[in-house]
Amino acid sequence: MSAASDVIIVGGGLMGSSAALFLRGHGLSVTLLETDLIGRQASGTNFGNVRRQGRPIHQLPLANRAIAIWRQSRELLGADVEYLQSGHIRVCYRERPELVGSMEDYAAKAREEGLELELLSGNALRDKFPFFGPDVLAGSYSATDGHANPRLAAPAFARAAARLGAVIHENTKIVDAQKVGEDFIVTAVDGRTFRAPILLVTAGAWGNALSSQFGEPVPITPKGPNMSVTEPVPYGILPAIGVMTPIEEETVYFRQVARGNIVLGGSTRGPSFPDQYRAYVEPQNTLSQLKHIRRLAPSLGKLNIIRVWSGIEGYMPDSQPVMGPSATTSGLYYAFGFSGSGFQIGPGVGETMAEVIAKGATDIPIAPYRIERFATPT
Amino acid sequence: MVEPRIIPRVVIVGAGPAGTRAAEACVQAGVRPIVLDEGRRDGGQIYRRQPDNFTRPYAKLYGSEAGRAQALHETFDGLKGAVDYRPETLVWNIAGGHIWTASQTYADTLPFDALLLCTGATDRLMPVKGWQFAGSYSLGGAQVALKSQAVSIGHKVVFMGSGPLLYLVASQYVEAGANVVAVLDTAHYSARIKALPDLLAVPSVLWNGVALTMKLKRAGVAVHNGIKPLEIKGNADSGVSGVRFRTGAGAEQEIICDAVAMGHHLRPETQLADLARCAFAFDPGTRQWLPKRDGDGRSSVAGVYLAGDGAKILGARSAEASGRLAALAALGDLGLPVDKGEMASLRGDVGTYAKFARGLAKAFPWPSEQASQLPDDAILCRCEGVTAGDLRGVMRETGAKEANRAKAFSRVGMGRCQGRYCGLAAAELIAAEAGVPVEQVGRLRGQAPVKPLTIAIGEEQ
Ligand SMILES: Cc1cc2nc3c(=O)[nH]c(=O)nc-3n(C[C@H](O)[C@H](O)[C@H](O)COP(=O)(O)OP(=O)(O)OC[C@H]3O[C@@H](n4cnc5c(N)ncnc54)[C@H](O)[C@@H]3O)c2cc1C
Repeated sequence: MSAASDVIIVGGGLMGSSAALFLRGHGLSVTLLETDLIGRQASGTNFGNVRRQGRPIHQLPLANRAIAIWRQSRELLGADVEYLQSGHIRVCYRERPELVGSMEDYAAKAREEGLELELLSGNALRDKFPFFGPDVLAGSYSATDGHANPRLAAPAFARAAARLGAVIHENTKIVDAQKVGEDFIVTAVDGRTFRAPILLVTAGAWGNALSSQFGEPVPITPKGPNMSVTEPVPYGILPAIGVMTPIEEETVYFRQVARGNIVLGGSTRGPSFPDQYRAYVEPQNTLSQLKHIRRLAPSLGKLNIIRVWSGIEGYMPDSQPVMGPSATTSGLYYAFGFSGSGFQIGPGVGETMAEVIAKGATDIPIAPYRIERFATPT
Repeated sequence: MVEPRIIPRVVIVGAGPAGTRAAEACVQAGVRPIVLDEGRRDGGQIYRRQPDNFTRPYAKLYGSEAGRAQALHETFDGLKGAVDYRPETLVWNIAGGHIWTASQTYADTLPFDALLLCTGATDRLMPVKGWQFAGSYSLGGAQVALKSQAVSIGHKVVFMGSGPLLYLVASQYVEAGANVVAVLDTAHYSARIKALPDLLAVPSVLWNGVALTMKLKRAGVAVHNGIKPLEIKGNADSGVSGVRFRTGAGAEQEIICDAVAMGHHLRPETQLADLARCAFAFDPGTRQWLPKRDGDGRSSVAGVYLAGDGAKILGARSAEASGRLAALAALGDLGLPVDKGEMASLRGDVGTYAKFARGLAKAFPWPSEQASQLPDDAILCRCEGVTAGDLRGVMRETGAKEANRAKAFSRVGMGRCQGRYCGLAAAELIAAEAGVPVEQVGRLRGQAPVKPLTIAIGEEQ
């Protein structure tokens, strides 16, 4: 006999863990299955930006829902995930003045969705934040964005879900999923099976292996963004900072945690190996990241990095996730492939998927993420 | 000798006993290796050379090992035209058949056909309550102060821990005229007796050890065996003021001092082997994870060789033999003619030293129970200021019982030393708390850069 529940969730990242918590809130019994340990993949290795600005306008309602959860995370989770609403700044460089127009445009549309952004000239920015280099032309400041600790977040959601009765199996890799009659039966690599009428796939970069079993393959590409961290220095940089540029190599960002370390990220992404659960940092990417960090904030050149890391993230061709019901199989739902920006919206994704599953509908616009957009016409 | 068609690119990391002998073997085979070392001078840790403007004699600096130190230095000096020697160069990462180096802000990348990792060792440390106070040093740190700076770490110095280095450094301090108030050894004397059969594998080294103890006693230094460290007393402003310990007989005792040098023998510097993706295995004798290698020093990764204390702690003499052996293995694998007979005899030497090393591990056991008994308010991870109680609390709250998991949640081992100092003790504490054998706790994954790397890297090219 296989273990039964109302919902099976495959994938214990931030999406699966928060969905488990909110599904319990709707009174559904939940079994969460995770290959490794909760929150060790993208959700535990990411940069930790809790940033709304820069997301597509159609995603802001989801991001707003998430921000409300981040703000109450301490009470909701009974744990401190180091969420700091200390602001976020997106800047552009002198050689791309046209981006100032894009920023203004974006700010006007974001305001309609309730996200206030303030545009600042390079000099105004340098007055307030003297670490910015001379190449910074302008910036867009969001006072209500911030950052959190990815190592702590997903496990805290999972622990909270477990306290509410969610059943969590770690070290449980699902290799087969089928719908038999009214129920889904999923089988772990060691032969254990689990049964439920509803299946939610939150398997991150591994999502395609499961969606394919239901005739819905997707063109997902695993990649490993590069991260570095400095030794601790006195806390002084409040907002998280990022560069807006069309060139991948220039796309760097940093934030300082309360303990004092400055986390650096971005520039060229490296390859990752989902089968081995490893993403290695290419040394040349570290060098390129540091070079572009020096341009953004030259004074950081005085510091040392003490560690680099990467993680496995699934990227979709249009940089938008797969999120919503399956087009082939009733009772099957997806939320994966967050394309490098799933951390902030994670808790909102969990709450929205729980709502869709429990109530059959949501006011949050998720149509842009439906899996059918990748269906090959037959 | 047949001239090889293509000149192989051999890179040696580390210019200590193993690296020097490896370089010598390359040069003798007609190969010009690149030798990199983060230090300013060759010699490595044990035969660390004094700065150019210092002129202390060998006997004064290296005591019983003066002859070996001098021979090694002379060998290295003699190789200088024939090797591409790059001091003050940190190898901070290895990937795709290349090593990545940093020399201040200068970045370089070197391809290799054979990479010999002769990265040496650092102290194996056991945290003691109060070890974060200024005036607490590792034995290695205390030795560096003496050898390269000719200064003592304090006016009244206590040596605490166990292992041959405890006695060696203490006696070097006595020799240099420093005031050594006590040597506190956690190992019981009886352990040494039991280890004798293995230690007799290399009688001369055994005899050196006995001589050191006699020298300390003659100098009036109190030597206590079988002690249990309780606390390094002091405060954040004025540093160390004393040590409190339980004697072998069970009495509590306090000694006033202003500096403590600590260590429990050594641990290999295996991060580069890890970054090179060498496979590791748990070694029950030393309770450490060590890179796997065959009898000649071949790692699990083709083209990567391991020698000296950086692979396993077998001591300086063994390092010279295993450095040469690994180089011969590498040269042979590259198609150069090597003397098979010499390799066999080197293997024999290394085996003898391995027997001796087993004896040392028995004579000076790692007091793993001390980690599990560490009081809650004692700092475990100095870099991140995490106490034993913090880690226990995190384990209770999150259920973490694997080294990297516990690190992710508690920050233990997450600081600038990447767990070099606290990692082994933290693993013991986690194992005891979780009630699992220490090998099940796993090992902290090595992450680049192996030492802090300036963000200004690459600025000056
Ligand atoms: C280095 C890095 C930096 C990033 N920076 C940011 C950032 O600053 N801001 C931001 O918003 N986003 C960022 N992201 C993206 C963000 O981390 C991800 O979008 C988000 O965490 C995805 O969560 P997830 O739960 O979908 O995936 P994951 O966290 O990867 O979780 C999926 C889980 O599913 C499990 N799984 C897969 N297949 C199976 C199976 N068959 N059986 C059982 N379990 C399975 C996996 O083991 C994994 O634990 C970054 C990502 C990375 C890698």
